[in-house]
Amino acid sequence: MTFEELEQIAAETRENREKSPRELNVCVAAGCLSLHSDAVKKSLEEEVKRTGATCRVRGTGCMGLCSLGPLVASEPSGQFYKSVAAADAAEIVENLEGAPVPRLLCSREQPFFQRQNLIVLENSGRIDPEKIEEYIAVDGYRALVHALTEMNPNEIVQEVSKSGLRGRGGAGYPTGLKWGTVAKTAGTTKYVICNADEGDPGAFMDRSVLESDPHRVLEGMAIAAYAVGATHGYIYVRAEYPLAVKRFGTAIREARRLGFLGSQICNTKFNFDMEVRIGGGAFVCGEETALIASIEGRRGSPRPRPPYPAQAGLWDMPTLINNVETFANIPSIVRRGGDWYASIGTKKSKGTKVFALTGKVRNVGLIEVPMGTTLRQIIYEIGGGVPEGHKFKAVQTGGPSGGCIPEQFLDLSVDYESLRELGSIMGSGGMIVMDDSACMVNVARYFMEFCMSESCGKCIPCRSGTAQMFELLTRMTLGTATARDLELLEELCDMVSSTSLCGLGQSAPNPVLSTLRYFRDEYIEHINEKRCRAGVCECGSAVGVTA
Amino acid sequence: MPLTSKKPPLPSEDKRWRIVNGTMRRHGYARDALIETLHTVQESFGFLDKASLRFVADSLRVPLSQAYGVATFYHFFTMKPPGEHVCLICMGTACYIKGAGALLNEAQAALGIQAGETTADAKASLMTARCIGSCSVAPAVVFDGETMGNVAGKNLREKLAGWRPA
Repeated sequence: MTFEELEQIAAETRENREKSPRELNVCVAAGCLSLHSDAVKKSLEEEVKRTGATCRVRGTGCMGLCSLGPLVASEPSGQFYKSVAAADAAEIVENLEGAPVPRLLCSREQPFFQRQNLIVLENSGRIDPEKIEEYIAVDGYRALVHALTEMNPNEIVQEVSKSGLRGRGGAGYPTGLKWGTVAKTAGTTKYVICNADEGDPGAFMDRSVLESDPHRVLEGMAIAAYAVGATHGYIYVRAEYPLAVKRFGTAIREARRLGFLGSQICNTKFNFDMEVRIGGGAFVCGEETALIASIEGRRGSPRPRPPYPAQAGLWDMPTLINNVETFANIPSIVRRGGDWYASIGTKKSKGTKVFALTGKVRNVGLIEVPMGTTLRQIIYEIGGGVPEGHKFKAVQTGGPSGGCIPEQFLDLSVDYESLRELGSIMGSGGMIVMDDSACMVNVARYFMEFCMSESCGKCIPCRSGTAQMFELLTRMTLGTATARDLELLEELCDMVSSTSLCGLGQSAPNPVLSTLRYFRDEYIEHINEKRCRAGVCECGSAVGVTA
Repeated sequence: MPLTSKKPPLPSEDKRWRIVNGTMRRHGYARDALIETLHTVQESFGFLDKASLRFVADSLRVPLSQAYGVATFYHFFTMKPPGEHVCLICMGTACYIKGAGALLNEAQAALGIQAGETTADAKASLMTARCIGSCSVAPAVVFDGETMGNVAGKNLREKLAGWRPA
């Protein structure tokens, strides 16, 4: 594959589209699908056939505003329809040219769309994720061809370093530094792994990227493989995401067909191929050493680091592991340059971040904003605030490893450092808004139950510590706890976080610590007054029963 | 490496074993294909049992203890046959905040079983998931593989009642 051939495919695809420019794009990513967008698509197809209208009906990826799905975009008129039902098909097809269907209309001028800055999601909802030609038509695979034919591996690592990109899985380790380490480690066989074991409950960014624009991730992985000298790659996807597995599988086959995977890619000496590995529903497998054990066909137990996977990873070979979103940023960085990427974001956190905005907020969906955007902008401007009748209480970031951030910090900018200072973490991008109907002690108990069940059991602090903390938190929610229990809980938080083997245990106390820091009075109420102000816990009714 | 790589015979005439064999062949009977193969077994038979674990372990030359260890470590694998219908309630954070706990209670009451169990008539199984990534339409429930978003108690009761006509 050369630039000329790539250009030709792109031109042909664009030309075909221009020949009959009218199209109806139906979102067929997970969110809209669960609201039956497949039925909408089918009924639109039938309607087009019946009326003989010249219009293509396409299935595309996520358009972002998932709570108003199923979403349909009519091009080139630009009309955007929300909450479409199969029965609306006739009306939509009838009005392809003329006036829009007012009752379904959804404005794209609203802040939800206007405040975003799309890099990772730039093609989501605009291309058919199962057609490689459509990805090529929007400059897809240009970065790979450019990298292979005009750059040496070291230059790519330099460019990624310059971009300031940091690991989007949550920890924020500088990507360029990681790539450089793997590249420098001697070894004839090296691996590239994409971590798509999106285990945080309340997060669906990676799922959406894989379902909406899988080639972007594949291209990023191929570039990474060339940069670090790897010949084989794996993508480890959760079994809970069957559609993502299917679409990525299609992407691999299509990429092989056009020679972006295989041997002598783009007539160079570079060989690279990859396969999908399906997870088994274990949260701990998001931890890199556990994930490697799982790919090797073993139980997903982590091991102490060092050695880091960069030195001794899969089958003890140098291995590069990055998250889906990290790889998805790579094609844009290679195409537009590290300096361009570094111009977005804050001093230490560059570029954009995709968030899954969910919970008690009006506009639920997938968003991508520059680093440094404030929580208030995200929740109130993009998210439209908390639905009427309730008051904002906290926003949870980072899943079971993160924390709850209260109202007084909403004007803080979102970046790796400031979230850590607040006792939470960036995490993979789940952002769950809670209102006054949520009890913070109950939320802490919820996450502790999660960590307790998901602990792999290898190290004692995590295995027993999480169980003890869960027991203490349960007592608080039942109204049987004493002041001594609170002291014990705090001691355990410290012990578990400082002595656990891997990230799961080390960060398991975070939800407790952050709620204790900002909502201590709620804990005290549960213990002293046997009262839950949100009315979630039944601590009052338990008095006298268990005492 | 043994020179002869004699494979164990298929446990029965059931054609589904050939699908399982196909997965192992595709991976060159490599030991690391264990999890992939168990996925195929569960996809084909609905669950894992002693016979299938033994067959896969022997074929891939891994100790039976390792196969059993893997099968019980990963939540996705089950060693109990599922009911005719499966109701899977997502307990992810977004769903939890929007009332997944109440849905679970309703389902338990309606079916008379706890999460992870199957009704005595083998009609329905009740499962929970950590997060199925359908947070945008929370609370979400998967009925027989089909995800339903914004589920209310009423939807849930109707669906479950339809599975087990009184």
